[in-house]
Amino acid sequence: MSQIVNVDVAVVGGGPSGLASAIALRREGVTDVLVLEREPEAGGVPRHCAHPPYGIREFGRLMTGPTYAARVRERAIAAGVDVRVRHSVVALEPGGRLQVATPEGALTVQARRVILATGAREAPRSARRVTGDRPLGVVNTGALQAYIYLKHLKPFRRPVMVGTELVSLSAIWTCLRHGIRPVAIVEEDRRGKARWPLTLFPRLCGIPVYYGWRIGDMRGTGRVEEVELVDGSGRTKRLACDGVLFTGQFVPEASLMRMGPIVVDRNSGGPSVDQDGRCSDPDYYAAGNLLRPIENAGWCYQEGLRAGRAVAEDLAWSNTGRTMPAAVPILCGEAVKLVVPQRIARSSAQQALNSLQVRLSEPRSGALTIRADDKVIWSRRIRSRPERRILVPLTALLAGEQPSHYTVSVD
Amino acid sequence: MRVVVIGAGVVGCAVVRRLTLDGHQVMLLERAADILAGASKANSALLHTGFDAPPGSLERELMQRGHAEFMAIRERLNLPLLETGAMVAAWTEEELAKLPGIEAQARQNGVDDVALLTRAEALAREPALAPHLMGALLVPREHVIDAWSSPLAYLTQAVANGAEARFGCEVTGGRHDGRHWFVETSTGTVEGDFVVNCAGLFGDRLEAALMGDASFEIRPRKGQFVVYDKPAAKLLTTILLPVPTERTKGVVLARTAYGNLLVGPTAEEQEDRSRATVDQDALGALMAKAVELIPALADVPINATYAGLRPASDKKEYRIRHEPDRGWLTLGGIRSTGLTAALGLAAHAADLLAAREPATPIADPAWTTVPNIAEHRERDWQRSGYGEIVCHCELVTDREIVAAFGSRLPPGDFGGLRRRTRAAMGRCQGFYCGARLAELTRGRLAMPLSIGEAE
Repeated sequence: MSQIVNVDVAVVGGGPSGLASAIALRREGVTDVLVLEREPEAGGVPRHCAHPPYGIREFGRLMTGPTYAARVRERAIAAGVDVRVRHSVVALEPGGRLQVATPEGALTVQARRVILATGAREAPRSARRVTGDRPLGVVNTGALQAYIYLKHLKPFRRPVMVGTELVSLSAIWTCLRHGIRPVAIVEEDRRGKARWPLTLFPRLCGIPVYYGWRIGDMRGTGRVEEVELVDGSGRTKRLACDGVLFTGQFVPEASLMRMGPIVVDRNSGGPSVDQDGRCSDPDYYAAGNLLRPIENAGWCYQEGLRAGRAVAEDLAWSNTGRTMPAAVPILCGEAVKLVVPQRIARSSAQQALNSLQVRLSEPRSGALTIRADDKVIWSRRIRSRPERRILVPLTALLAGEQPSHYTVSVD
Repeated sequence: MRVVVIGAGVVGCAVVRRLTLDGHQVMLLERAADILAGASKANSALLHTGFDAPPGSLERELMQRGHAEFMAIRERLNLPLLETGAMVAAWTEEELAKLPGIEAQARQNGVDDVALLTRAEALAREPALAPHLMGALLVPREHVIDAWSSPLAYLTQAVANGAEARFGCEVTGGRHDGRHWFVETSTGTVEGDFVVNCAGLFGDRLEAALMGDASFEIRPRKGQFVVYDKPAAKLLTTILLPVPTERTKGVVLARTAYGNLLVGPTAEEQEDRSRATVDQDALGALMAKAVELIPALADVPINATYAGLRPASDKKEYRIRHEPDRGWLTLGGIRSTGLTAALGLAAHAADLLAAREPATPIADPAWTTVPNIAEHRERDWQRSGYGEIVCHCELVTDREIVAAFGSRLPPGDFGGLRRRTRAAMGRCQGFYCGARLAELTRGRLAMPLSIGEAE
C-alpha cells in the first residue's frame, strides 16, 4: 500500500517556475508546500546551462545557470519549502491527488491544490520525422549540455546543427568551449530565428550557416557518418559529420496532463489555463514553460511567483465559500498560433498571468486585433515573427461587457 | 547432434531453445553485437491466430503451433500478453463485402471464435474509431506481445540449458564433408553435424555461400512505423487490422505492450538488405491514416519512428529447404508472421532433425525468466529499493539497467539495451536521460554513446 501525504500545495517540477511558485506560497503563509522533482537535484534546465546571463532580476547579479539553480534551491529551502528529489509523479488524479514513485516506495500525495511546472523540452529527431538511418550521435541541446556539464562526456566531435533559435547559440557556446566543432548549421527558414545581432554569432565563430536548407537524409550504420542537405529547389549537399544536434522546437512536457484530468490546448501544447494559471480541473494550476514554448528562466521564475500568489489567494478564497465566475474562451484567429491564457474569468485581483501571451503562426505585419464576440475591443500594429513573444495587457480584455468569446487575430 | 544455428532473430532464438531442450548441443552464430539486429527488431508485435493465413499452408500450421506454445510457456518465462483481440475493420462498402469471405477463411483455418460485428457493435467496442466505420470481423485471440523480450526469453532459457551464443561472429563460408559441417566465421571455424539457416534477410546468400546454390531469393520489403505517446493507448484497445490486399496485410493500428499505440507498417520493396530508413513523407502518410481512423490521435504527439526490413522472398510462402543428407535446414522468407510462428518453426525444425537422429530431451530443463517491461504488469519502478529513475518517460530504473548488463545475455549495443529496458524509448528520446545512459554504459557497448571525455 502506498503511503499518503497530505499537503496544502504540491508542485510538480523543481525548475525555476516550480521553485518560485513554492517560494511565493510560503511567503503568502501557506504551510505545507511540497515540490516533487524527479531528478537527483532540483533546479531544472539551468543546472546544465553553464553560461550567463541568469539571475539579474531575481538576485541582482549576473550568474551562470548552475549557480542560479543552486541559489533558487537555497531560496526555496530557506523559505521552508519541502523539496523532494527523485520523486517522479506518475499520475495526476482528480481532486489534487498525485501518484508518486520514489526509491523508498510508492507515495500518494493529496494536495488541496497542485501547481504543474514540468517545463518544456526540444522536439527529438523522431517527432521531427527526419528521413534517414537512425544511428547514434543524434541528440538535442538539452542532452548535449547534460553530457558536457553533468557528466563531462562528449556525444560527438563534429556535428551538424539544426535550428537557429536562441538555444542554438547556447549550443554553439557549449560545443566550442568543450572541443566540439560544429560542421555547419542548417536552418529551414530563409533567415535566422534569433534576433540580430545574435544571428551573426555562428559566422563569427567560423561555422557556415545554411539558410533555406534542411536535412533530407541521414546516413550511418553505427554512428552518424553523413547528412545530406536539401533546399527548396531540390538541390542537395553532403556533409561528413559524426553527429546531428537538433536545437529548439520546444514542446511543453504535457504527457502527464494528457493522461490525467487536465485539458491540453492543441495550440500551445500545454494545459489550457485561465489568467490565474488554473487548469480545466480547478484543483490544478500550471506555470512556466509548460504553458508554452518557451521563455527564459527569469520569466518562468516571475511567472512561478505569480502562480504561487494566485494559488495562495485561491486557497484563502475557497475558505470563504465563494465560487468561480464562468470563464470566457480566448480563441486563435488568423495567423495566431497560440494564446496563453486560453480563457479569462472576471475574478481575482491576483493574476498569475498579467498579460495575454500571443505567438504568431507565420511572420506577419498588420493589426493585432482582439474581438469580443465580433466587436473589436483592442488593436495594435505589429511586425513580428513566430519565435517572438507578443504581450497584450489583460486589462484590454476585461473592459466592457462580458462576451461569449474573444478572438485574437492579425488583420 | 551438434547443431549450428545461424542468425539471432526471433526464429533463431526460438530454434536454439527448442533444439537445446530437445537435447542437442547448439551453437548460435550472430554477426551483430546482439540479438534482433535485423528484421526481428521492427515489427508490429502481434500474436496471430493464423485466421487469415492461406488455408492448409505450413505458415498457418506453424503460426497456430507457435501461438499455442507461446500461451503454454509464457508465464514460466515471465512474458507478457496484452489481451486485446483484433478487428478486421471495413471502411468502405467494398471492404464490408469482403468480411464474410475472411470469416469463412478464418473458420476454415480452425479459428472459429471469430464474429462479424455491425457498425454499432464495433463502435461500441472501440468508441474512438471514426464514424465512417462500416463493420468489422472480431478475432478474439489475436493479441499484443513483447516482441523483444520474447526472443530474449527463448535464448536465455536455451543458454541456461547449455546452448552457446556468439555475437560479432559473421559466417563467411563453410563446407560439408559428407558427415560434418565446418562453418567458417570471422572468429574461427565452428564444427557441427547440422546447420539451421535462420539468417533472415541474408538467408538466400548464406545458402548460396554454404550450399553452393540458393533455393530462393530475398526481396526486402521495408516497413515503417510511427509510435504514439502513451495518452494514445486509451483510444484503442482492440488491434485494428485492415481488410488485406494481395501484397500486404496493410496498415495496422495496435497498442504496444509498453503502453503506446503504433501505426504501420508501410510495404516498400527495396534492394538494400541493411538500410532501413524512415522517410518523412511516408511517416506523415501513416500519421494521416491513423488520424483518419482515430480522429483523436491528432492531439497526441508521436514518440518514435522506426523502420525494418521484412525478409520477403520471390514467393509468398515460408521457404523451407531441408536436406538431411547434407545436414542442412533453411527457415527462410519469414515475414511479419515470424514472431508468432517462431516457436512453431522451432518445433518444425526439431521434428525434421528428429527424423534424422532421435534426440533425448533434457529431463528437467531450467526455466529462466526475463524482466517485465510491459506496462500492464508490475514494472521495476513500482518496487522500492531502486536508486533512481534514469529514463523518466519510460520509468526505467538504474536497477534495471544494472540487471540487464548482469544477465546471461547482456546488451551488446545501445539498441539492445533499449529493447531490454525501454531506456530512451519514450517521448523525449534521450533528451533527459541520454547523458546519464552514456555514463552508465561506458565501456559496455560495442559502440559507445559518448566518444570521450569533454575538454
